[in-house]
Amino acid sequence: MLSRTASNLFWMGRHLERAETAARLLDVGQRITLLPNTEAGYQNEWNSLLQASGSSDLFAQKYGEITQENIEEFIFFDRANPSSVASCLEKAREAGRIVRTALTSQVWDALNVAFQELRRIERQPRSKLDTAGLTDFTTGHTSTVRGAINATQLRNDGWHFMNLGYGLERADATARLLDVKYFVLLPRIEFVGSGLDTYQWQVILRALSAHRAYHWAYGGDITAGQVADFLILNGESPRALITSLYETVWHLEGLARRYGDGVPTSARDKAREVLTALQARDIEMIFDEGLHEFLSWFIQELSEISNLVHQDYLLGGV
Amino acid sequence: MSYYNEMFEGDSVRDPYARLREWVETMPDDFRQMKQAEAEALFRRIGITFAVYGEGGDPDRLIPFDMMPRVFEQAEWRRLERGIKQRARALNAFLRDVYGRGEIIRAGRIPGRLVYQNEAFEKSVVGFVPPRGVYSHIIGIDLVRTAKDEFYVLEDNCRTPSGVSYMLENREIMMRMFPQLFRGNRIEPVDQYPDLLRRTLESVAPAKCNDRPTCVILTPGHYNSAYYEHSFLANLMGVELVEGQDLFVDGEFCYMRTTTGPKRVDVIYRRIDDPYLDPLCFRPDSMLGIPGLMDVYRSGGVSICSAPGAGVADDKAIYTFVPEMIRFYLGEEPILNNVQTWTLWKDDDYRYVMEHLPELVVKEVHGSGGYGMLVGPKSTKEEIEVFRAKIQANPSNYIAQPTLALSTCPTFVNEGIAPRHVDLRPYCLCGDRIELVPGGLTRVALREGSLVVNSSQGGGVKDTWVLSE
Repeated sequence: MLSRTASNLFWMGRHLERAETAARLLDVGQRITLLPNTEAGYQNEWNSLLQASGSSDLFAQKYGEITQENIEEFIFFDRANPSSVASCLEKAREAGRIVRTALTSQVWDALNVAFQELRRIERQPRSKLDTAGLTDFTTGHTSTVRGAINATQLRNDGWHFMNLGYGLERADATARLLDVKYFVLLPRIEFVGSGLDTYQWQVILRALSAHRAYHWAYGGDITAGQVADFLILNGESPRALITSLYETVWHLEGLARRYGDGVPTSARDKAREVLTALQARDIEMIFDEGLHEFLSWFIQELSEISNLVHQDYLLGGV
Repeated sequence: MSYYNEMFEGDSVRDPYARLREWVETMPDDFRQMKQAEAEALFRRIGITFAVYGEGGDPDRLIPFDMMPRVFEQAEWRRLERGIKQRARALNAFLRDVYGRGEIIRAGRIPGRLVYQNEAFEKSVVGFVPPRGVYSHIIGIDLVRTAKDEFYVLEDNCRTPSGVSYMLENREIMMRMFPQLFRGNRIEPVDQYPDLLRRTLESVAPAKCNDRPTCVILTPGHYNSAYYEHSFLANLMGVELVEGQDLFVDGEFCYMRTTTGPKRVDVIYRRIDDPYLDPLCFRPDSMLGIPGLMDVYRSGGVSICSAPGAGVADDKAIYTFVPEMIRFYLGEEPILNNVQTWTLWKDDDYRYVMEHLPELVVKEVHGSGGYGMLVGPKSTKEEIEVFRAKIQANPSNYIAQPTLALSTCPTFVNEGIAPRHVDLRPYCLCGDRIELVPGGLTRVALREGSLVVNSSQGGGVKDTWVLSE
């Protein structure tokens, strides 16, 4: 497979996952603005969510005030925001268009329909749109693309590259969100039972579409340790760091098997190493070493894996 | 001026069109509108769009699709096919000759100046003969019809003719929307084209290739207006679609960068123009090309289709000599006519053209796409005078032809069906054999009375049928 093709498939996966992340942020942001009496409180929440996507400065510059309209415009429509739904869908579609020959017609169709729909939505007056509709639009279409990929793509190297994009992006998004909010997850006596903490944990779970799953997994009350455990180490949780990393390793193994000895496997080796390190920890150990330090380390390792994927496969062996 | 309407034989409707007319007449208005909307949605959904250079606007524009097919009977097609293949053979013989001994020039049949001083003449490949002596592997020949048995060649496209994806997609969409039409008429298929193209490319693999040849399509990239076509063909042929940055030269071969390391490439079907192929040989600022490619080409390490320099055969100045080539190389009489052409660098021709501008079509020698041309009978006095000044400034940049009475085909319009002018571009493949699929791209001037069929000027496309015996 052409290195450029592999690279586009990889980034197509990343941008689709990123679009979904943006849609979840929008959902959470919207929910926060509906809460009473937290004028200052919800602004902070919102800011930390923007920080997690690395775009709080841009928002402050361009919009300033946090309002429903501004949030919608920024997170969904704004092409100047590289992480907006519109930006990500457009980039994913562009990447798909470049490598159309590597996609099944169902996948291309799903991707192209999403983009055409997006353009239709963009032409509508903003007052006719509601936030729930926009998030549904995004998750609906990204799921359709995802489903088409799983149902129709050959299980070949291209499929591995797409899924590598999905996996690394997902791990990265979860880790960043956790890192921005790490202080509320620290088991500190004074917060317990204040109501504020539970509410903030819910925001995190919601931002990762995990609030129902959490209850299925743990039952009972929400506690900081369990939220952290769920999002970092619980292999059942689809957005947990360990799950995303496990899938990343799986796809790198697939590539290594497929390509044989002639092709370097430094990305696979690195990912294996990080996974082993993650599996060797429990949540107490992570709290002991410092949640923030742990997350910084993890984010750094992810970026290293991503670089190695580039070196191993995307430069064309030159 | 009267026009030949392809629907009629004398006063009666021809057989194939009789069935189509019945189909149209029994079609309720709302059904037609629904189908037209469905066709458009299909095109958009598949992503068949084109961009017009320099006009801005929607980058994903649709070419208008007319649902009324154009029909050729088997006997009509046979004759066209013979004429097209004959022309393709002569054009390739001419290229082989002018990059070799230049017999046709020595024999005084074509002025050497027109060949050797032509911008498209590529000095760097003089003396090199590509595999099987084929220079132009895909030849698009633009034809118009003026009477039942009269076809004229408007121009030859020997470099990288585009539009074949429309031929294939128009058919797919018609078959999907109106299967009953295909059951009721026996229509020759065209979907073997991608396989034939691949076979053709493989058949001209270089001598140094001793395995099954690896073919690729080289595109300028996804911003190009024909990118859809490039990816469409690559997909149907099962070959990689590469950009210049994906290829590199190492030693005596050309390779592509893949996830498993470098892979050798044997045949490049390029969809970029000569000057961009190799920055070391042509334009040094080209970002689209591959440094060193021409050296590999000339030493037989890779085949380039069409061969660099093939454009010298489809120049509008050379065009006038194609009948002469057919006689000279093949010893045959041309089956298809050339349009009478006045070349404005000749004094006599110049005088005649300047006196008859309102009756003539004047084109730029190197122009294409319907840009920079004057259609005398359809232009105002002012437009003609403006153009006259342009010609006076640089006469040798122009040729003139009589305004042809382009045939019409029934076409859907708001009020039902009405005649609209059409042309035809079939795609002839030249490798170890010469092949032509029964069909082509019919372009239609959708505006009433218009004779300009280019998509950039409001033209549309139709499915083109060849009926089997």
